[in-house]
Amino acid sequence: MNDLVAKGIHAWFGKRLVLEDVNLEFAHGTVTALIGPSGCGKSTFIRTLNRMHEFVPEARFAGQVLLGGNDVYAQGEDVTKVRLRIGMVFQKPNPFPSMTIRENVLAGPKLARIKVDDKTTLVEKSLHQAGLWNEVKDRLNEPALALSGGQQQRLCIARSLAVDPKVLLMDEPCSALDPASTLRVEETIDDIKHDVTVVIVTHNMQQAGRVSDYTAFFLAELGEPGRMVEYGETKQIFSNPRDNRTERYVTGQFG
Amino acid sequence: MSVSVLPTQPWRATPRIMATEAAGVLAALLLTLLTLRFTGFSGRLAAAVLFVAFATAISSGIEWRRRGFEAAQDAFVRAMLLTASALVMLPLLSILWTVVQNGRAALRPNFFTQDLTSASGTGPIDQGGAIHAIVGSIELVALATLIAMPLGVLSALYLTEIRGRLSGTIRFLTQAMSGVPSVVAGLFVYSAWVLGPGKGFSGFAGALALAILMLPTVARTAEEVLKLVPEHLREAGLALGGTQWRTVAGIVLPTARSGLITAGILGVARIAGETAPLILTVFGAVAINTSMFNGPVSALPLYVFGELKLGLDTAFARAWTGALVLMFLVLVLFAFARWLGGRNTR
Repeated sequence: MNDLVAKGIHAWFGKRLVLEDVNLEFAHGTVTALIGPSGCGKSTFIRTLNRMHEFVPEARFAGQVLLGGNDVYAQGEDVTKVRLRIGMVFQKPNPFPSMTIRENVLAGPKLARIKVDDKTTLVEKSLHQAGLWNEVKDRLNEPALALSGGQQQRLCIARSLAVDPKVLLMDEPCSALDPASTLRVEETIDDIKHDVTVVIVTHNMQQAGRVSDYTAFFLAELGEPGRMVEYGETKQIFSNPRDNRTERYVTGQFG
Repeated sequence: MSVSVLPTQPWRATPRIMATEAAGVLAALLLTLLTLRFTGFSGRLAAAVLFVAFATAISSGIEWRRRGFEAAQDAFVRAMLLTASALVMLPLLSILWTVVQNGRAALRPNFFTQDLTSASGTGPIDQGGAIHAIVGSIELVALATLIAMPLGVLSALYLTEIRGRLSGTIRFLTQAMSGVPSVVAGLFVYSAWVLGPGKGFSGFAGALALAILMLPTVARTAEEVLKLVPEHLREAGLALGGTQWRTVAGIVLPTARSGLITAGILGVARIAGETAPLILTVFGAVAINTSMFNGPVSALPLYVFGELKLGLDTAFARAWTGALVLMFLVLVLFAFARWLGGRNTR
């Protein structure tokens, strides 16, 4: 049971409610895309899932995030362990500049003090999963910043996978990448989704259509908090949405 | 539609955890007292060291039991940081306290309204004051800042924007200059200006000496701050058709403004209390000198130094008050600079 369940998620910044009552289930081994216009709360939502919302000093929260049945917000839950199980890939590639490619992949186990018996195998496996192995196998000891933007992002994915997370959150992982690199990242998502539940925020409708099994549409009407308007199988959301706001968004009529 | 759900912060420590931590601190206090009572340890230093050791051990222990070894490490390092900050604050607060305590006695209205023309330093406390020194200090620091700020920022701009062939040399020399003893700066101005074109002691000579001391601090700090301005902002400015100077003046400097003001503050902090170079350049006086270019001027550090030399109780009291006023003056200056830097930033 590695399903991720979000129940009644509310998020505030100070007194301002930015996300109201979001309920979503992410079954293990599936890819869910979160779409919606800027400022609709989808990034805030995924940051509540691995407890990164609380980095903002004024942040407030209500709801439950259950991973394998345990609330990650429960008292006594170790937040660092939560983030170990729910990894994250960010919008901009952020490999550690002071480290080599190999060291970047091993950064997670090192930071979390996880003992790795066979580092070489772990590095190779993680880079394979991220579809980067063939490109970097001869230059593992070069600085990570020597890679191109797309390669850096896949390195960051490999880095996240090296600690064997149950869930991988991706916050617009391809927005800074060219189409070829984007495609590679999408292939990577396809490859890893059997082991890892993927939640991906994207502004790219085609990407959502290509990569995800389920899609949730978020929207914040003027002066209102962000809400989840519609959720369903990706095919249904794009071909036969129930809500006409979803339809107008996915057909590009607004947002 | 009403929100029935209340905003919470589940990541905050619960009352129970906070109570545990408070109990831990109390236990550390108790252990300290017991140790002092029943062992050879005694004195305030021993008490402080014991308390820090016990509190660190207990809070790390609590975390260990609650969340394991890694969390205990977290708690340990946090305790160390807290101790280090406390150690840093201790001498500062102690100095502040001492100056305020000793400076209170002579802190009377006449200190701010009179000079030392009619009343000598040997007179009673309610006669004579330091207005000449206060005015002199403000003038000297202002003039020195006026000289050193543009020079420092411009040379920093040369290092970050022009990046000319001389950059390495200039950077090296500026760094070396920050090691120049202040007396040497005073001597330099004394021989190059006071004995020469300056024709004697003057406020300007003092400001020159202070500017020499202030310059490396301002230039180095300004350079670091300008380096933090992202390259893409410069590119954006240039891509809009701005010349390099227009881009620097319109985008780079405003972006770095608050940091540049910090550079100025650090520079002022460097020179406000300088005494040695002033003896050689402004000499000191007993009355306000309205001219910055002619004749000796006084300054608070000189005033303090002069009173100390008299060796009388009343003079000591005045010296402490001089130090107190100098500190307060610097504080006001900093607050003003911060306010200046904080405007329009949001």
